[in-house]
Amino acid sequence: MPEPAVMTPAAAAPSLNAARWTGFLTIIIREYSRIVRIWGQTLVPSAVTAILYFVIFGSLIGRRVGQMDGFDYMQYIAPGLIMMSVITNSYGNSVSSFFGAKFGKHVEELLVSPLPNWIIVGGYAAGGLLRGLMVGAVVTLVSLVFARLPVHHLGLIIAAVLLTSLIFSLGGFINAVFAKNFDQVNWIPAFILTPLTYFGGVFYSVSMLPPWARALSHVNPILHMVNAFRYGFLGISDVSVLGAFGLMVALAIVLFLVALNLMNRGVGIRD
Amino acid sequence: MLALSIRGLTKTYRNGVQALRGVDLDVEQGDFFALLGPNGAGKTTLIGIITSLVNKTAGTASVFGHDLDSQLERAKSCIGVVPQELNFNQFETPLTIVINQAGFYGIPRAVARERAEKYLRQLQLWDKRNGIARGLSGGMKRRLMIARALMHEPRLLVLDEPTAGVDIEIRRSMWEFLNDINAHGTTIILTTHYLEEAENLCRNIAIIDNGHIVERDRMSNLLRGLHTETFVLNLRDPVAVAPQVAGFALTWIDEHTLEAEVSKDQSLNGLFAQLAAQRLEVLSMRNKVNRLEEVFMRLVEHRGTNA
Repeated sequence: MPEPAVMTPAAAAPSLNAARWTGFLTIIIREYSRIVRIWGQTLVPSAVTAILYFVIFGSLIGRRVGQMDGFDYMQYIAPGLIMMSVITNSYGNSVSSFFGAKFGKHVEELLVSPLPNWIIVGGYAAGGLLRGLMVGAVVTLVSLVFARLPVHHLGLIIAAVLLTSLIFSLGGFINAVFAKNFDQVNWIPAFILTPLTYFGGVFYSVSMLPPWARALSHVNPILHMVNAFRYGFLGISDVSVLGAFGLMVALAIVLFLVALNLMNRGVGIRD
Repeated sequence: MLALSIRGLTKTYRNGVQALRGVDLDVEQGDFFALLGPNGAGKTTLIGIITSLVNKTAGTASVFGHDLDSQLERAKSCIGVVPQELNFNQFETPLTIVINQAGFYGIPRAVARERAEKYLRQLQLWDKRNGIARGLSGGMKRRLMIARALMHEPRLLVLDEPTAGVDIEIRRSMWEFLNDINAHGTTIILTTHYLEEAENLCRNIAIIDNGHIVERDRMSNLLRGLHTETFVLNLRDPVAVAPQVAGFALTWIDEHTLEAEVSKDQSLNGLFAQLAAQRLEVLSMRNKVNRLEEVFMRLVEHRGTNA
């Protein structure tokens, strides 16, 4: 039988900003717990995939490719493979976590709370960012087994990975807002994200392409992200690094505003 | 002070269903308030709007003076909600669920841990705190949602059918718990299909039907307004037909059971005297349905026939 209820004396209420910060951290802690709890789905697959890419593309095929833009093929593809895992996992974390919360109705725990929508969007984006960085770190360690990675500009490496991860976390969140079933969670990664990543200069330099294909490739934002990241390691890029960062900042802002607008309107979550 | 004030609240869903049609409702601070209505009457929509799970079409609502449109964060921080359907992550542990919920309300983690122990103990879930929530029984899951709703110690607790599917022993212990919470100052709004529950717990009541509030009164006034009650009488000796008793309508149910309609200005002594005169001995007597159920059915049926 439940014991009699005794309410604690009213504690001093935290300030609005302190309460929001606590709420934001709570979302991140919950996301971190989820990532670690299902590590077999979140952390390990990307490491295995990276090993396969390095063995097949880098070691077996790469030997015949020789050098690309003055670097061993293994060194050339390593930043792209790291970025590929960051993109996939940042997106995957937000889309599966938020859609799972919608599907299981526990998104209501957040919706009834006083947390403003920008904190909720920010919390999920930070959760996706966290997984992107965790998986990125794992794949970087795998890369170091196969290739020596020089560091041309550490600040640019960090900025590129943070922005890219943030962009795809927000993208995953928006996908989850619209998704009505698990099929719709997988459509964009399968039919848009994967092709864009493969054509995004992970495995080759776009300078090898005919002019029309090169021009078309520049429309692909992932090309700019991968090249900005690669520039941080190797000091080479197929695109303007400044332009790439400009594009990433703009995309992050636009996607955040779109996600916030969807939350404010209650699309997919409120009747 | 009003814990909840609603004016002209309407809700029309995209499919055209009008769930609320201009609801006005006040709930006083400290009240234990019943919101009753048949399925589809608009109760859950009303609660959904108060708790921000449903967008309203028109009207205003405020919680402890905080307007839901202009002071949403402050209003929400005053409310704890126990929904009708399970809405926690069933793969998390009860401890994680309640601590995280406190975090969403800005409660620091150290304080949340203390409160988690207090409320999980009070609701007899402490021993289950580290198991997966999916493994809890139905009653435990309901109690977990109550513990979760109390973590930020809300001034207004909204319970949407909290005891649905819970066995009678647990239900009665939950009533005691909720009475204690209310006695310590928390305003409670309860929706339930167990009218006995509402009659036992609540001091004030509103009945909603077809998107309108059709009755709003003190529970005692409402029950006093019940003009007739139906009693079930158990007889010692069998009878083949209902006996004729002046002033009372008796219905034969079976050879040992009669139903008697008694209006509030009639004395039961008169009924028993006439039955005794016909050598009919009544062994026991009970209300056919509880009194609130009788009021409820009459109000809802009355509107149904007028519609």
